[in-house]
Amino acid sequence: MDMDFRILEQLTQIFGPSGSEEQVAEFISAQIRPYCDEVTNDTLGNLIAVRHGTGKKIMVAAHMDEIGLMITHIDKEGFLRFTPLGGVRTSNLVGQRVKFNRGRMGTIGVEKIAKPSDFKLDKLFIDIGAVSQNEAEQIVRLGETAVFVGDFVEVGSRIMAKALDDRIGCFVVIEALKRSKSTNELVFAFTAQEELGTRGAKTAAYALEPDLAIAVDVTATGDTPKAHSMSVKLGSGVGIKVFDRSLITPPQIKRWMAAVAAERNIPFQWEVLEYGGTDSGAIHLSRGGVPSGVISIPTRYVHSPAEMVDSRDVQAAVDLLVSLLEHPLE
Amino acid sequence: MLLKSLSELNGTSGAENLVRNFLRQTIEPFVDIINTDKMGNLIGIKNDSLSGPKVMLSAHMDELALMIIDITGEGFLKFRPVGGIDAQILVSKPVQINNSYMGVIGAKAIHLQKHTEGQNPLSCDQLYIDIGAKSKEDASSKVKLGDYAYFTTVFEPFGDGLYKGKALEGRVGCAILAELLQNDYDFPLIAGFTVQEKVGLRGAKVAAHHLAPDFAIVLEAIVADDMSDCAEEGWITELGKGPVCSFMDRSTLYSSKLIQWVTGVARQNGIPLQFPRGSGSGNDAGSIHISKVGIPTISLSVPCRYIHSFASVISEKDYQACYDLVNALLKELPNIFEGSSINFAKEDKF
Repeated sequence: MDMDFRILEQLTQIFGPSGSEEQVAEFISAQIRPYCDEVTNDTLGNLIAVRHGTGKKIMVAAHMDEIGLMITHIDKEGFLRFTPLGGVRTSNLVGQRVKFNRGRMGTIGVEKIAKPSDFKLDKLFIDIGAVSQNEAEQIVRLGETAVFVGDFVEVGSRIMAKALDDRIGCFVVIEALKRSKSTNELVFAFTAQEELGTRGAKTAAYALEPDLAIAVDVTATGDTPKAHSMSVKLGSGVGIKVFDRSLITPPQIKRWMAAVAAERNIPFQWEVLEYGGTDSGAIHLSRGGVPSGVISIPTRYVHSPAEMVDSRDVQAAVDLLVSLLEHPLE
Repeated sequence: MLLKSLSELNGTSGAENLVRNFLRQTIEPFVDIINTDKMGNLIGIKNDSLSGPKVMLSAHMDELALMIIDITGEGFLKFRPVGGIDAQILVSKPVQINNSYMGVIGAKAIHLQKHTEGQNPLSCDQLYIDIGAKSKEDASSKVKLGDYAYFTTVFEPFGDGLYKGKALEGRVGCAILAELLQNDYDFPLIAGFTVQEKVGLRGAKVAAHHLAPDFAIVLEAIVADDMSDCAEEGWITELGKGPVCSFMDRSTLYSSKLIQWVTGVARQNGIPLQFPRGSGSGNDAGSIHISKVGIPTISLSVPCRYIHSFASVISEKDYQACYDLVNALLKELPNIFEGSSINFAKEDKF
């Protein structure tokens, strides 16, 4: 079955920085409702979907939130100061366009700086075209958040867009959920506030008490010019996580994932990430502990307005997740 | 005055007992249930038998202090800070150890310093506490490793309605919370005076788990930087402009709907409110809001200059306005609840 990348395009373009995931949740909810028995929202803003079954309770998590910027000050001339929401790279910001929830666009400018080492976040500001504090305050409020502007573009077998971290994970879960014929008890958590420290996943895992969990998230690659050494490559298959800062995958989970992938001829690559973490980091420590793994989608330029994935890896991720749900670890 | 007593009591992380004992006596007449949990959090519950949302007010009891980690051959005490402290503020300050021994934080005098030494701030490694001991044996008979040294600042009013004192960061919240308990509310109200906030929000983590409230308000003081040489956008908060409602700090992203609710209640009651220009630090909300299945949490703070130092400064007006705001929110709170969950109309998209 071919994947409907129009759904991915829509997913990436929805406004959904950490803490403002409602519109992503509404979109996903509409997509998956026909395939689930229950769909609910919780206190942190997670979207929880349940499909009842008779076997193990498997939790699948993908986070809805994207990184962004939060307004901390509006000055007399109508310029906005901001603080990062999640892992924003200051060096990436100048000249970027940003967008607020109610549609207003802005661009990021920088004060005159004497030397490169003075280039810091507090030298940057957002210009939304307002000419006064009063006008700016009509358009945006203190504490309001903005996201990068980054169109969805297909380039060969590859796709680039903002927010592929982790709408690509949401997409993989939606596709797998639609196809899965698993008879296990399946609980899907589209989580909030992952970028601020896997906060949504923590409360979701506590509420759901799964027997087993799989997070679907992006991972970095080492296949660009003079990249940090990492063996993951775009187009070489879905990643099976071994290690990151939040999780060391239990051996039985790695073996299970790799065995299912090999049996179904799904291309995969082992993933060792020296930084970052995923929702499985929070889930595996919930209550008395939950055996957890991660399906990773290799992604270049993570946390930029043009994150890039390969559609063949996405296909492999969907295939692997569908197969894992049908053949859970004993 | 409650805040004066609280400010002058000594109690750092893991050693909050004096503060806890004082608060226990203070709140006992106003609560139905009072106990200390296994971590040392003091828990008071009002209206335990009423239905309605279970609301937790939380403030931390612990303050910054210095832990004695070594006694030198000459009888001087080496120390490490408990909580985040700027070593630059320590030199030549008097301290009190075990509520009985005075000491002075010493360092090499300026006449004895080499030319280059004065150019760099001293670190804790170069400082020591002098308790007037004659020898290591003498010092060891008075102080044990692991004992704490506290600042000795007297709490007092000054200027135009300002107060100065130590330990205000947490104790301001404790005082407001203890005063609020004297009012009547028609839902179960839990007071959580927490321990070990300064070393990683630890007490609140346990308290929130076993109390499982439906809503939480964290009270404390927050940095005000309206006097330093930075531009207006770096001030964080300003003294005298009212309590502070946080959007985001290192540990919590607060619900924008709850912030709008707070803003509305403040406006209706004519209470000034400010928002921080920045997102540093964190507080007990970080532990509480992700407890169990998640707890709606807000954080309200009193602006405070020179926070994390020997002598912090707050405004009486801000303290009173913070009290008034929390009181007004508690009166309004039942209106936003449907059973044990909050139900806001969905029309406003922040």
